Amino acid sequence: MRIAPSPTPDSPAPWASGVAPLDAALHGGMARGCVHEVYAADAADVAAATGFALGVATGFCAPAGGLLWLRTRRAVRGAGVLQAPGWAEMGGMPGPALVGVVGDDLALLRAAVDGLRCAALSAVVVESWGAMKALDLTASRRLVLAAERSGVPLLLLRSDASPVPSAARTRWQVAAATSAGLEARAPGAPTFDVTLLRQRSGPCGQSWRVEWDRDQRMFREAPLSGAVVSVPADRPAAQPPVPLFPQRHAA
Amino acid sequence: MALVERMRGALRLSAVNAAALAMGIAPGMALADARALLPDLYVADADPAGDAHGLAQLAQRCLEWSPLVTPLPPDVITLDITGTDHLFGGEAALSAQVEDAFAALGLTLRHALATTPEAAQALARHATTPAPDERAAIARLPVTALGLDSEATLALQRAGLTDIGALLTRPMASIAARFGADAVTALRRLSGEAQAPIAALAPVAPLRFTRRFAEPIGLQSTIAASFAALLHQAAAVLMARDLGGRAFVLTLYRSDGARHRLMIETGQPTRDPALVLRLFDERIAALADPLDPGFGYDQIRLSVPHTEPLRAVQPDLDGAGQASDALAELIDRLSTRLGPDALRRLVPYDSHLPEQAQRAIPAQGNTPAPWPAPPAAEPPLRPLFLFDPPQPVEVIAEVPDGPPQRFRWRRQLHEVRLFEGPERIAAPWWLHGDAPGLTRDYYRIEDKAGRRYWIFRHGLYEEKPDPRWYIHGQFA
Repeated sequence: MRIAPSPTPDSPAPWASGVAPLDAALHGGMARGCVHEVYAADAADVAAATGFALGVATGFCAPAGGLLWLRTRRAVRGAGVLQAPGWAEMGGMPGPALVGVVGDDLALLRAAVDGLRCAALSAVVVESWGAMKALDLTASRRLVLAAERSGVPLLLLRSDASPVPSAARTRWQVAAATSAGLEARAPGAPTFDVTLLRQRSGPCGQSWRVEWDRDQRMFREAPLSGAVVSVPADRPAAQPPVPLFPQRHAA
Repeated sequence: MALVERMRGALRLSAVNAAALAMGIAPGMALADARALLPDLYVADADPAGDAHGLAQLAQRCLEWSPLVTPLPPDVITLDITGTDHLFGGEAALSAQVEDAFAALGLTLRHALATTPEAAQALARHATTPAPDERAAIARLPVTALGLDSEATLALQRAGLTDIGALLTRPMASIAARFGADAVTALRRLSGEAQAPIAALAPVAPLRFTRRFAEPIGLQSTIAASFAALLHQAAAVLMARDLGGRAFVLTLYRSDGARHRLMIETGQPTRDPALVLRLFDERIAALADPLDPGFGYDQIRLSVPHTEPLRAVQPDLDGAGQASDALAELIDRLSTRLGPDALRRLVPYDSHLPEQAQRAIPAQGNTPAPWPAPPAAEPPLRPLFLFDPPQPVEVIAEVPDGPPQRFRWRRQLHEVRLFEGPERIAAPWWLHGDAPGLTRDYYRIEDKAGRRYWIFRHGLYEEKPDPRWYIHGQFA
């Protein structure tokens, strides 16, 4: 039995996330044509996990690709209604995207397989809430096969769930992290604590604190706690802000 | 208003509206003369091909009242209502119905009923004083009703023959000798002595394909095979007519008289049997009760109620067309399986209320709309998720308009670390005059764990003694 994935010679290039140690751990970046699982560390971290998945999906879709975003009704109740204005504010492209809301997990997975078979898409995001009974190893393998055949990556976003065995290439755990505040104590760019829980044929267990750079559509390493705040290019430089509160370090 | 056309090297008016006519502007006038008379005359280019197309469309509509409809460009439609008027309650009721239908389209019309198409046309164009019968009415028509060229008409008038009645009393031979054979032909057609050929609209056969079985068939594979054969038959007919179906209906006739009707719709016109077959598979799989063939089906029928033009195209070199086809196919498939409203596109809507700034429209049959790019080097100002409805939270904040210090949401206490606000969003006072609703003060908040929320106070302290706080959204 083979454990290692069989890399095909003409597999599409991975998307480099912009965080060098993270990309090194992933052998170049987030691979296309496979399944990435993103777990929210806590039910309250669903927006952070979604933000991380959205960042990766935006990277996959650049410069102008279509995205299929599938959600269950339970995810809509838990996380809220997906907002295109906020999506665009994250640097994403909600215009060409398709958003589907389905009733149950089985319909979600079937729609995901259909989406993965459509090579016209650049990425598929599947957002579930709670334990997914329908997602056993067979279903997971089916998703992987569909993704490998078309080269379309799948981001499986799971909230309020604990990791189960699957055929995914990588598994991430995402928690919200304190942002580098702007002047006048305003919250800054989206910041996440991401942990690579598992990777097929690669190192795992590392954590990074990453910040989403909307203008570059890339992640960057978040400044460590207490570090200076980056000064925006088009605003007058303010007084260097003093750290307001001691921040917790990345685990 | 007037329409202009280039005639004999000059821009001339080809048609004018009633208001222009009242100002002394007439068709045939040079545009320069008309402008001299009425400087602010609104002028547009005449479009004879478009007029002919519009007339053909109207003629299609008239098939409702008669099977024999003849469009005669530029502006006449004749209906042969022999034997059909009683279906609509008689000639007068039918005329009223036609008038109403055209009035609903914003068109005015003049109509006349006569035994021959030519007589009806002449009567409609040159309305005369009321006459006891059709013959008398025709006799009162002016000679211009013959539709001869201006020279012949002028000659008739010079000869003192001003109406058709005067002509009819003269021997035909002398009319032919003096005014030409055309005059006699026109006169004979007007009086019903001769018939002109009719070039009626050819009725289009409905797209309906039926297969009857010698005995009831219950085997699924056999039914599927005959359905595929029907689809190929339909595809051939659609291709010959340069059409693609937007909706397909399959009716299964069970031997005990029950019928099952299944319908699918596509976002783009198609005639690909494999694609339609897949969509029907999805439709059948999504049925609440599975199809029960019972003792078998004795007939299946495929009809295509909604078609759109679809020309054969060559694939692009870069495969862009194929990608959009694949996407349309995915949209059709998911919309068929999950319901037409399940798959949506988000399009911007111009509203300052955050919960109304986007519209989710069905993906099938709609095109994407671009979203404006956010300003550079700013954090996201609108959340990724909004709660519908907003969820109440217990907040400790400074009175009257300080930011929240800590709040309790979903039984968890959050200490506010960073905040920005308030962003004041007023209720739409222009919609609800007396009770516009409360102003909302929004704060972008980050708690000690780094979770970012959008919280608002519903109402100012001037508006309400004890305004409530709500969490409206979550930032990534």
